[in-house]
Amino acid sequence: MNAILESSQVFESFRTRAEAVSAQVERVATSELALELIISKLHLEGVRDEAHCYAVWAECPMIGTPEKKRLEAAVPGLKFDVTRELAADAKVGVSQMDWALANTGTLVQRADEVDRRLVSTLPLLHIALVATAALLPDLPSVLARIDPAKSKYFSFITGPSRTADIERVLTIGVHGPERLLIVLVDDLEVTA
Amino acid sequence: MKQEFKQSILDALANPNLTGALGNFSVAYRAGRAKAYEGVDFEALRDQIAEIKSSASSQFDVLAERFSQAAEAQGTKVFRTNDPQAVKDYILRLAQDRGVKRIAKSKSMATEEIHLNKHLEKAGIDVQETDLGEWIIQLAGQTPSHMVMPAIHMTKEEVADVFSNKVEDGQKPDIPKLVKFARGKLRPMFLSAEMGISGANIAVAETGSIVIVTNEGNARLVTTLPKIHVAIVGLEKLVEHFQDIAPILIALPKSATAQLLTSYVSIISGPVPNTDGSAKELHVILMDNRRNEMSHDPRFKQALQCIRCASCLNVCPVFRLVGGHVFGKVYTGGIGTILTAWFSALKESDEIQSLCIQCGNCKDVCPGKIDIPDLILELRRRLAVEQGQPLIQKAIFSVVNNRRLFHTMMRAASIGQKPFAKQGFIRHLPLFLSNMTENRSLPAIADVPFRDRIKQIEQPKCTEKAAFYGGCLIDFAYPGMGESVVKVLNKAGIEVIFPEGQTCCGAPARYSGAYEVAAQNGADNIKALLGEDVDYIVSACPTCTVALKHDFIANLESVGRTEELPAARRLAEKVVDFSTLASQLVEQGRLKFKAGIEPMKFTYHDSCHFKRTLHADQTPRKLMKQAGYEVVEMEEADMCCGMGGSYSIKLPEISAPILERKLVNIEKTGVPLLLIDCPGCVMQIGGGLDKRASNIKVEHTAQRLAECLE
Ligand code: SF4
Ligand code: SF4
Repeated sequence: MNAILESSQVFESFRTRAEAVSAQVERVATSELALELIISKLHLEGVRDEAHCYAVWAECPMIGTPEKKRLEAAVPGLKFDVTRELAADAKVGVSQMDWALANTGTLVQRADEVDRRLVSTLPLLHIALVATAALLPDLPSVLARIDPAKSKYFSFITGPSRTADIERVLTIGVHGPERLLIVLVDDLEVTA
Repeated sequence: MKQEFKQSILDALANPNLTGALGNFSVAYRAGRAKAYEGVDFEALRDQIAEIKSSASSQFDVLAERFSQAAEAQGTKVFRTNDPQAVKDYILRLAQDRGVKRIAKSKSMATEEIHLNKHLEKAGIDVQETDLGEWIIQLAGQTPSHMVMPAIHMTKEEVADVFSNKVEDGQKPDIPKLVKFARGKLRPMFLSAEMGISGANIAVAETGSIVIVTNEGNARLVTTLPKIHVAIVGLEKLVEHFQDIAPILIALPKSATAQLLTSYVSIISGPVPNTDGSAKELHVILMDNRRNEMSHDPRFKQALQCIRCASCLNVCPVFRLVGGHVFGKVYTGGIGTILTAWFSALKESDEIQSLCIQCGNCKDVCPGKIDIPDLILELRRRLAVEQGQPLIQKAIFSVVNNRRLFHTMMRAASIGQKPFAKQGFIRHLPLFLSNMTENRSLPAIADVPFRDRIKQIEQPKCTEKAAFYGGCLIDFAYPGMGESVVKVLNKAGIEVIFPEGQTCCGAPARYSGAYEVAAQNGADNIKALLGEDVDYIVSACPTCTVALKHDFIANLESVGRTEELPAARRLAEKVVDFSTLASQLVEQGRLKFKAGIEPMKFTYHDSCHFKRTLHADQTPRKLMKQAGYEVVEMEEADMCCGMGGSYSIKLPEISAPILERKLVNIEKTGVPLLLIDCPGCVMQIGGGLDKRASNIKVEHTAQRLAECLE
């Protein structure tokens, strides 16, 4: 099978699985397009420089200082200095993930840095960026790649927060995000 | 059985919310689980899990030590203890030392096991459960009724009431709103708690890692926001290698909630920075509480393979009727019975062990490959040893074991029943026996038992011979089934003999924990059956077949009569159930179906042992299809009928609704014929249909097959 076809099948599998657990999946060709997509998304969500309207973006490999400056200018209320107070008050959290798993629709992140966890637990919407090239088939394949001696906190995220604790009725958004938007970026390098 | 316990069963059965919710859930769960496991080789997966967990429990000490070293090397503090009290003291002391006023907890059965909350609350610490289900029952002052869904017994109305009464007035029974409300109320708790307490689903010895799964995301908050994190981990959570996480994490969500993966999984291998830049204080408490002792018990070691998915509860016909609280305060259902016997005390399982009807459903789905019904029998046996047999049981066994006395009594009964018997059924019995005929009629005792009838059958002289093992039901209630067996085998050129020395198969004794009696039953039968020079030993009762094939060996082994094992094994090899033998004879061309059989629709009930121990469930279906019949499957064809030997007499309150559901499923098929391979199920279901004046005919496969052959 040629590599392109194979990767598109892996992507489709990932998309199907992630959507089945109520995540939203977008795929873009370049980081540039990814940033544009997120900017418009943040506008749409009403992110602005006001209490309860912030967005928090955890330190991530794909953007450097110039991009940050640009993003801050484009979206007032977007903060890269993530504190727990800001994250608890924010509408949207953005972070970059290290891997994605095709057969479960899961995102995997080395999350020793606390801001990475704050932005994906406290706000109602979590936007997760991940390299298309970081798609792996399944759980065993990522477990073989991660090293618990180096990273002491790994987060696996499959869809938004959910519960079925009352009458077993599936309800989305308990303690964590109510919505999860996954953006796969084709020109990104694998982070790990 | 104590009145209190009976009453708790009656109360549960009378709660329509409970039985309705659990009954519906069990149907949805079955479908969901099947879908989640699509394309997965479940048997291979659970073999792998069983191997990982069993190898871990063979070396708890070594692994606990390795875990401690690895975790401590990363900066985690590890505390190991056998004593639940020491766990509580450790946490309280830590909390007091660090000036902790509020603790946010994510779900942990280990903390339920040791009643941690109470201990901390008594010292004035605010302990906040954050799992939605746990929070609800904490507010309601209740205990979890299910390991995965602690508040499954409550309706949204009840939850709204609890929220209104305990938190804030005016909550409506609207589930999304109730969930939002919980989010809003608990968020400040996470943010203000100085300590987070969690359990763990897996602990990895070689890396000192713990794995925590939650759907709600509360464990991520509990391990992220407070500066101190304490994880309480039962020793059975240990695995040796980091890669061992995979199979467990693949099975757990599928079995627990029919998900491919739980929303959030955290793998924590050491302290990480807090939000203020300081390092997290991470404590892992490895709690023994008799787990090590359990790992040295040759029978119960297996129970440590449990990954706490609760699927054994979800498929249990008894659990779905009575819910969790009848079982006790912490662990519920079949596995809960076993864990309670160990983590609390053997005698605490005395009553709840009797709830198990031995259907084997749980054993089939358990990802830890635990033979739960077998371990419950072992509890029963140990209880019988510890407390002695009840007198009445002793009296019954002394009759059952004395063949002549038993026959005499059965015959006396057959005469005594006359006033009550009509058309082969007894519909009412007087007074103290009346609950035996409340929901089903009983078969009338045959005037002439099969052991005498067979002498009257003219059989062709054949070179091949089969010994027929009748079992009490065919012998005394359904001799017609035995005659059909003879008829079929004769057609294939096999002569049937009935070894006179055969006696009770020992199932009643075994299932009551009286293993000495059961072993003696086995020994008598081995002698009688191996004494004949025959080609086959055939039985048409799955309970008997299982006894002959498996239980004789197990019973003798468990009472140490090892010198008799070779004979028991020789017997086991020769034994075959009727349908399997008939099917082989059809394959060999020795049995031929009549031409021009009127095609007829039938439905088939899977008897528990026939399907789950003998794995012969497809054979009768195939035979009847070959005969030209069409099978119309009922819902839950393989769900127990509620008979369970003497279960239907000891716990008629539970047996009756199980039967009821079965009868409804049968009637829904709209077919005129029900086939079954077990005389016990024929008795239960046939009696139930008779009580409802149904027109559906109930027959043993042998009876119908006999009519379809040339
Ligand atoms: S054997 Fe049947 S009745 Fe007993 S615990 Fe398992 S599922 Fe329940
Ligand atoms: S005994 Fe088996 S089915 Fe029951 S909770 Fe444990 S692993 Fe799950």
